[in-house]
Amino acid sequence: MENLNLFIRSIFIDNMIFAYFLGMCSFLAVSKNVKTAFGLGIAVTFMLAISLPLNYLLEVYVLKPGALAWLGPEYADMDLSFLSLIMFIAVIASMTQLVEMAVEKYSPSLYASLGIFLPLIAVNCAILGGSLFMEQRDFPSIGTAVFAGLGWGIGWLLAIVAIAAIRERLAHHSNIPHPLRGVGIAFIITALMGIAFMSFLGIKI
Amino acid sequence: MADKLTKRQIFFNPFSKNNPVIVQILGICSVLAVTAKLEPAIVMGASVIMVLAFSNVIISLIRATIPTNIRIIVQLVVVAALVVIVDQFLKAYAYDVSRQLSVFIGLIITNCILMGRLEAFAMSNAPWPSFLDGVGNGCGYALILVGVGSIRELLGSGTLMGHQAIPQWAYEHGYANNGLMILPPMALIVVACIIWVHRYKHKDLQEK
Repeated sequence: MENLNLFIRSIFIDNMIFAYFLGMCSFLAVSKNVKTAFGLGIAVTFMLAISLPLNYLLEVYVLKPGALAWLGPEYADMDLSFLSLIMFIAVIASMTQLVEMAVEKYSPSLYASLGIFLPLIAVNCAILGGSLFMEQRDFPSIGTAVFAGLGWGIGWLLAIVAIAAIRERLAHHSNIPHPLRGVGIAFIITALMGIAFMSFLGIKI
Repeated sequence: MADKLTKRQIFFNPFSKNNPVIVQILGICSVLAVTAKLEPAIVMGASVIMVLAFSNVIISLIRATIPTNIRIIVQLVVVAALVVIVDQFLKAYAYDVSRQLSVFIGLIITNCILMGRLEAFAMSNAPWPSFLDGVGNGCGYALILVGVGSIRELLGSGTLMGHQAIPQWAYEHGYANNGLMILPPMALIVVACIIWVHRYKHKDLQEK
């Protein structure tokens, strides 16, 4: 039940885009049409859902102060938490590479539709941001990490598909002032969507 | 293209004509997230200038020896090492600001400005121009950060750097802080307005 709450919270209330602005660069760059936006959204969801539990294990068994106690009592007071940034990004970058190779080998059709986005994901702040929030908030169990990762991913997917749909319409049917065309108006739409999403703050689950 | 630019252009272009935030649209996440107050915005700007300048130099020095296939990982590790130094430094000397910035110092690693400049400039240029490019782009980024930060803090809380900036008599005559400015979405609107004004001045940047 707790995990379900967290899942819903991560999608709507703690939404990566509208509450934390993570993954904004690719959000703005790849939201010109719905199809590619959906592909990128799926890839981000997937990476968040696997990198978060992996980094959680790393955090609990290697990086946290005292986490190395399982090696023997003399390691019990080791604190490697200053390494967490490097470790997390290394896990994310190598997972991206692995997933890319696996997808290429076993599902060429998926690779063809997703291919170009996969390498981009290593530098998507939403993925690293998820892991850093996990570290900061001291998640109690690996289940929490899985559900939070999945929720954040789906929230991101929702946001990018929604804005892509709006931008697709705007491109053809509206008379926007010239200096605002393209990026400018995308910023304003995102802001308005963000204000709309803030109404979810009132929900108590 | 880059080799035709003089050193002066390399340094000054990112301030306005080729600004990393409002023209190249890189590194938006942190611009939006840390600008509710001016002080974290300044610290963030300084950190990015530092990391960007040195990672540009390091990558430029070893650019001939990096295998193309794994260059992204190499770049990430170099950047991550520099960010860890900045992070530990801030935790030691500016703990309050470091708490406010929370995860966003760590997220400098994935700040697209870094990857963008490393890929586009440092991988194909000598160390000294790369250093200039790094400092220039960092300053262009910090400029926007400080601009947005001061607008939001001034209108949202009536203070600058934590000191009251709106005089007391204004409040007594019914002036009220605009609480909306503190909320995240307003950062987007402020940046959009900056883009609007900037593109109005530079017609060649407008999109069809």
